[in-house]
Amino acid sequence: MSNKRAALLLAQLLVCLLALTGCHGSKGLEAFAVPQEFDETQQHEITFWAKNDTNMTQVAIYEDAIRGFEALYPNIRVNLRLYTDYSKIYNDVITNIATQTTPNVCITYPDHIATYMTGTNSVVPLDALFENEKYGLGGSEVRFDSPTQEEIIGQFLGECVLGGRHYAVPFMRSTEACYVNRTYVEALGFTLPETLTWDFIWEVSEAAMTKDEEGNFLVNGQKVMIPFIYKSTDNMMIQMLRQRNAGYSTDDGRIEIFNDTTRELLYTVAEHAKSGAFSTFKISSYPANFLNAGQCIFAVDSTAGATWMGPDAPLIDISEEKLVDFEIEVMTIPQFDPEHPKMISQGPSVCIFNKEDPQEVLASWLFTQYLLTNDVQIAYACTEGYVPVTSKAQSSGAYQEYLARSGEDNDEHYDVKIRASKLLLDNTHSTFVTPVYNGSASLRSAAGQMIEEVTKAVRRKKTVDDAFMEKLFADMTSLYRLDQLAGQGKTEMIGEDDPGPLPDAAVALIAALAGTWILMGAYVLRQRIRKKK
Amino acid sequence: MKKFIAVLLTLSMILVGCAALAEGVMTHADYAAAEIDAEVVVETYVQAKQSWWDNKATVYCQSEDGAYFLYEMACPEEDYAKLVPGTKIRVTGYKGEWAGEVEIVDATFEILEGCYIAEPADMTALLGTDELIAHQNELAVFKGMTIEAIEYKNGQPGDDIYVTASVNGQSYSFCVEVYLTGTDTDVYKAVGELKAGDVVDIEGFLYWYEGVNPHIISIKAAA
Repeated sequence: MSNKRAALLLAQLLVCLLALTGCHGSKGLEAFAVPQEFDETQQHEITFWAKNDTNMTQVAIYEDAIRGFEALYPNIRVNLRLYTDYSKIYNDVITNIATQTTPNVCITYPDHIATYMTGTNSVVPLDALFENEKYGLGGSEVRFDSPTQEEIIGQFLGECVLGGRHYAVPFMRSTEACYVNRTYVEALGFTLPETLTWDFIWEVSEAAMTKDEEGNFLVNGQKVMIPFIYKSTDNMMIQMLRQRNAGYSTDDGRIEIFNDTTRELLYTVAEHAKSGAFSTFKISSYPANFLNAGQCIFAVDSTAGATWMGPDAPLIDISEEKLVDFEIEVMTIPQFDPEHPKMISQGPSVCIFNKEDPQEVLASWLFTQYLLTNDVQIAYACTEGYVPVTSKAQSSGAYQEYLARSGEDNDEHYDVKIRASKLLLDNTHSTFVTPVYNGSASLRSAAGQMIEEVTKAVRRKKTVDDAFMEKLFADMTSLYRLDQLAGQGKTEMIGEDDPGPLPDAAVALIAALAGTWILMGAYVLRQRIRKKK
Repeated sequence: MKKFIAVLLTLSMILVGCAALAEGVMTHADYAAAEIDAEVVVETYVQAKQSWWDNKATVYCQSEDGAYFLYEMACPEEDYAKLVPGTKIRVTGYKGEWAGEVEIVDATFEILEGCYIAEPADMTALLGTDELIAHQNELAVFKGMTIEAIEYKNGQPGDDIYVTASVNGQSYSFCVEVYLTGTDTDVYKAVGELKAGDVVDIEGFLYWYEGVNPHIISIKAAA
């Protein structure tokens, strides 16, 4: 083989290699680039998939927001599709990524975005849009009073960063609260502490299990009493671990949840589930329904569920004759260290899906930005125990007046709802989020499922011991494929710029190339040696 | 002779084993008497399927002596297709109660020989009585119901529809469960077109959510 022929072969191999690797990562859309101008002569129809809390006022606010936006931008039409469940949105988006029929704008959770990002360029990174002088946050050409980036609460905006870039903007924020039947706590001879602790809740809950000779619980005179019900066991485990400074996962996706603290927490859950003092939403039903029927003392649910809590709640899901009158208290979730409370930050964010037409993406961005205006932020925050995500809205006169009118009525100014919002406003500095990467949603599910499994096991009179725990950890690893996640890397490696790991064929080609180089080197060397001779 | 005795013994052991298995299967009365969280084994017949997702199926079943709601039963997708109405199955799981709905959870199943399709029973007279709950999950018909309100869960078509209907001056809640009867079904469309004051016969499974809340599968103008 001559040097020339070898070089030609090498060149051909390189072309093949580049073509092969180039294919990988380019099957999706081109990366979005912000257009110089927004073309207002072009008509756009964008879809917005939104979630509401089975709350028609929220639906009305979305519709109002769309009307207001369309009036400002007559060339953009927004079609609203409503959901009441984040997981349904997640499933539908995943289904639609494959067919490139995703919505334009979508209410979402960062965990879910991490999965969406496995589609090449499927989710639009927003940093360039934020900073765009004309159409960015507070941009000169934006036709409404949009917030600047600095006016979005930094902590909330930070929760939308994946792999060093913003892939969403926060829309609303909430946390969890413990809604307490103070009347029953005091009837049992206890005084509510300033900050609830886990020990206090377990102690009161066990005390509430005493029955009379006819099998009625002494505290409520009914046949049913589950003193402590947790809505989201995912959050329960995550927050307990964080409060104990125990492992959950590293930022790059290494699973740490299967540790001694988790084991210890599960034994405690088992102990109180066995006595009937503790149950979960998945096993028993909505905490609010039990609380309002006088069948629960500590109901932990989102602050965004506050309008369902209490005998005077504007939203009630049980019949009137089942309602029991009691004094309700809205408190932070139980803590291990009350001096240093920790609670989860949650609530909807908004992401934008990429499309072939950058003008359509820009239209989507303008609508997304509109959702951050004071009118939308305050109106939506007032529907539940949410807080607005901009300092601009939080400090506005209208919002401050809303907070000040707590308790004036049992509708817009329902005191439990406003107290829930204030709880988050007062504790924003104590909130946290868990690391986000492709698969973090699975770990989150596993965290809660362990509590569910332990609770079910003791209710079914099974033995919860070390062998049970070992099997549980193994089952969770297998069910949620956590062994496939472990240490697989940050989401930033799965985004638009990095094509991800090379396909097997490319790896084989590189190996062949390396082999060819070695052979060619050996050939050239041999020829030179011959010439010298 | 020794061989004959050995075969006989083996056969008798198999028969004893089968009898023990059959003994483990509960009647509906046994099931009703079982405590919540108890392990249960029933043989019953598929009447309708609500959903399949992530190898879990939610199914309405009924036998001659009572009905069962199987919530998120382990079910590979290929087996889900086999669960056509009438199919006999043996279900092993745990008795659970969620918001008043008694159901079998964490279940597995096997398909058996046999077929049964339940006829809807007229339970109009049982509305508002304590007797109604004994028929939980059965296929029922409620006749001469006056529509009071129709409300989409989301305020627009796409999700469940909540129906309030009355008879003899008492109002009752019904639901078009979108996982059971999707937006493209005749019943979903028909219920969406109902107006307050319409008088209808409502057929559905006697589901419970904080009280009776049948899942509607058919609706027609009252005869």
